[in-house]
Amino acid sequence: MADPIKQFELVHLVPLKIGGADFGFTNSALHMFIAVGVTAAFLLLTTTGRNLVPGRLQSMAELSYEFIAGTVRQAAGTEGMKFFPLVFSIFMFVLFGNLIGMIPGAFTVTSHIIVTAALALLVITTVIIYGIMKHGTHWFALFAPAGLPKAILPVIVVIEVISFLSRPISLSLRLFGNMTAGHIALKVFAGFAVAMVGAGAVGIAGATLPIFMITALTAFEFLVAVLQAYVFTILTCIYLNDALHPGHH
Amino acid sequence: MATNTTTGTQVPSKGGFPAFKVETFGSQLLWLAIAFGLLYYLMSRHIAPRIGGILEERSGRIAADLAAAQSMKAEADAATASYEKSLAEARANAQAIAAETRAKINGASDSERKSLEAKLAADLSSSEAKIAEARTAAMGNVRSIAVDATHAIVERLAGAKAEAARVEAAVDAALKH
Repeated sequence: MADPIKQFELVHLVPLKIGGADFGFTNSALHMFIAVGVTAAFLLLTTTGRNLVPGRLQSMAELSYEFIAGTVRQAAGTEGMKFFPLVFSIFMFVLFGNLIGMIPGAFTVTSHIIVTAALALLVITTVIIYGIMKHGTHWFALFAPAGLPKAILPVIVVIEVISFLSRPISLSLRLFGNMTAGHIALKVFAGFAVAMVGAGAVGIAGATLPIFMITALTAFEFLVAVLQAYVFTILTCIYLNDALHPGHH
Repeated sequence: MATNTTTGTQVPSKGGFPAFKVETFGSQLLWLAIAFGLLYYLMSRHIAPRIGGILEERSGRIAADLAAAQSMKAEADAATASYEKSLAEARANAQAIAAETRAKINGASDSERKSLEAKLAADLSSSEAKIAEARTAAMGNVRSIAVDATHAIVERLAGAKAEAARVEAAVDAALKH
């Protein structure tokens, strides 16, 4: 049976070493640029006409813009729109990172914890830096909800700090776990099918079962790919709201 | 599904799950920073302003069109109101003229009728007086004829002249009946 883990292996396309450390251009890097390229093509090439009455493609680009803009406004208010480029970039990058990974033979950028963790840390760092820049020390009131009795305050503050720090962890693990697990499941069922076909006529008949499973899982994985991009985005918006409005949550 | 068919040299590693190989993190972080940085640059400088601009222009245009439609509707409403006002004025004028004319005509025909009636009444009374005169004259003639006829009848029947006073009394008594 083919190794279901092999699809996650990094392969050097252009080796590059800086000070002994490996910074080679890998298949992952290539797929990152593909995701960026597809996003840019989808959003820029369709809107070159700036048509007042949009065509189908421009309409799709506008719909995705308005969808994310609506999410940002709903979760973080109108002020949240200053983070719109960041949120839209994250959504598009994760979405196309996930979707391009569904193409057979392609690499799934978001199946690597370091990528999802970097994106999650980017979000949380933005929250902390912007929060302190805008609200100064008042921002730390986020960890001490108003109106609490003094006695339980230390406990609550500890809980709030832990909950805040666990956000980037859960944010990155959720996306990484979903992508990795889905792709492994697909590969495992595909491996079953291949192994059963090798077992003769009965095996070929039996191989239809994992094939059905793969078909269903593929549809499900497309759903997961889109859904996880959205989940990552909406959680980003909710966390950014804390940078803008600490204390109301 | 995602079979790795890309050719190239595998990143040197000691085995284990690929996502947890720390030696690959540096390269991934570098290229992620470059790729995501590029995307963020494109997004904040080109994509977001462009699509935002398109949407804003559209909503501005829609708002302007709606405002124009509103003002045109207001104009149309004003025109309708002034039309209705002038129509009402014209109608009132027409009614006033009609009433005046009717009053004038009524007054003229009334006075004409009254003068005619007066004339007719005068004619009637003068005619009645004439008739009464003629009647009295005729009655007087009837009496003298009756008296003469009585004299003649008495003279022929009795062969003698009747007493004039008695004949007249008899005729008057007969005429009274």
